[in-house]
Amino acid sequence: MSLIHVDGLSVRYGSNTVLHHVNLTIEPGEIVTIVGPNGSGKTSLLRAIIGATAPSAGTVTRKPGLKIGYVPQKLHIDPTLPITVERFMRLTHPVPRQDCAAALEAAGVPDLLKRQMSQLSGGQFQRVLLAQALINRPEVLLLDEATQGLDQPGSAAFYRQIETVRRDTGCAILMISHELHVVMSASDRVVCLNGHVCCEGSPAVVASAPEYRALFGTGTGGALALYRHDHDHDHDHGSHSQDAAE
Amino acid sequence: MTRATLAGVGVAFAAAPLGCFVVWRRMAYFGDATAHAAILGVALSLTFQMSIFTGALAVALIMALTVTLLAGRGYAMDTLLGVLAHSALAFGLVAVSFLSGVRIDLMAYLFGDILAVSRADLAVIWGGAALVVALIAWRWSHLLTATLNEELAYASGFNPKREQLILTLSLAVTVAVAIKVVGVLLIAAMLIIPAAAARSLARSPESMALIAAAIGAISAVAGLRAAYIFDTPAGPSIVCVAAVLFLCLSLLGWQGRRRA
Repeated sequence: MSLIHVDGLSVRYGSNTVLHHVNLTIEPGEIVTIVGPNGSGKTSLLRAIIGATAPSAGTVTRKPGLKIGYVPQKLHIDPTLPITVERFMRLTHPVPRQDCAAALEAAGVPDLLKRQMSQLSGGQFQRVLLAQALINRPEVLLLDEATQGLDQPGSAAFYRQIETVRRDTGCAILMISHELHVVMSASDRVVCLNGHVCCEGSPAVVASAPEYRALFGTGTGGALALYRHDHDHDHDHGSHSQDAAE
Repeated sequence: MTRATLAGVGVAFAAAPLGCFVVWRRMAYFGDATAHAAILGVALSLTFQMSIFTGALAVALIMALTVTLLAGRGYAMDTLLGVLAHSALAFGLVAVSFLSGVRIDLMAYLFGDILAVSRADLAVIWGGAALVVALIAWRWSHLLTATLNEELAYASGFNPKREQLILTLSLAVTVAVAIKVVGVLLIAAMLIIPAAAARSLARSPESMALIAAAIGAISAVAGLRAAYIFDTPAGPSIVCVAAVLFLCLSLLGWQGRRRA
């Protein structure tokens, strides 16, 4: 059975309809990316999926007992709140220290256990968030523009980490991103959102869809050019998206 | 004197963990507003001859819930709190002046009258404090998650709004039990100063709450002692000791950071 099933979802804030009749299904083990311009309802969709926003119409069905890992867009820790990385790792689930250490090592940031969260760099911080989200072995991982504030190599490394997570744990991944080129290469399926689902499919199909081109205009050209540039150096990825750029 | 000390320590224990959340969530003014509203509760309970605790608790609860409901609907939070807190205080003061018959010593409610704590008061204070500490200890990890990030709370399967409500309830109870001890004007000080003082020593949320409790208890004991020796008002003396501790610990922490 599918992990998450969104059926005819509409979300309204006051008189402002941000999502209109959205259908989306997440199957085990797949990587789905939501792209869309600012204000297209990406975050509202994610919030509706975790139950933080009530739908004004339609339904969100989660598999009973679904374990969700969540990486927020931005996590602000007030300077008056002292918290070590180890304590943060055990925030939502009580886990033994070895597991915390192992999770951090897998996320590429070992030896941080005793550090204060406030002392971490941006890249370390995002990796700790990812490790925390994975600590309870979720069946689906949700990422809301999780690479905001990271530089190009930083976010590329972060998405490679995501692919590793899927390979090693079989965890499904639903992410929001505006970094089209990186996201395209890593996704099984791309959903282009602008209040409603404009188009959906494999990265190659979406990138060549007229709706998508209309939405991202010249930005698309730049992104895909960048993507091609990436491929000059890295031959590990599949090549289907490159075709899309032609 | 023993009763006064016990009362002060009881309030300090309840205020410490709650105060940490007040500081972390930047609710300092919220605590103030709830406390100021309580004077209206005092006036009402004198009018209707209820216990002060009941009246103060009811008004503090209504105030806290109103603010929670109105938050994010047009006015900035601090504007909203400023309006509600000071109007409640003003209405309370006016209401008290209408009370005929016995002249009420308003000072006793504004600044507390810890030396007049009765055995029954003590039971109420420790009962309330135990309730608050138990509530917060029970919800601790959920409260902490909700404080850090709302979505993280939803994703782990619980509603952060409910956790916020628990804090609001605890705040109302703490205000109601603390009126006798430090008075409505200084309750916020008992919440915030020990927690802020504990910050420079703490490395985890839990240790911050425990250290805050210790600092609060020390302030209560030392403040009462000082009030006895120098013949100063008890409530303000307790807060003065807490403030001096805050200053010393902050300087120490600042020095430590500079050396590191």
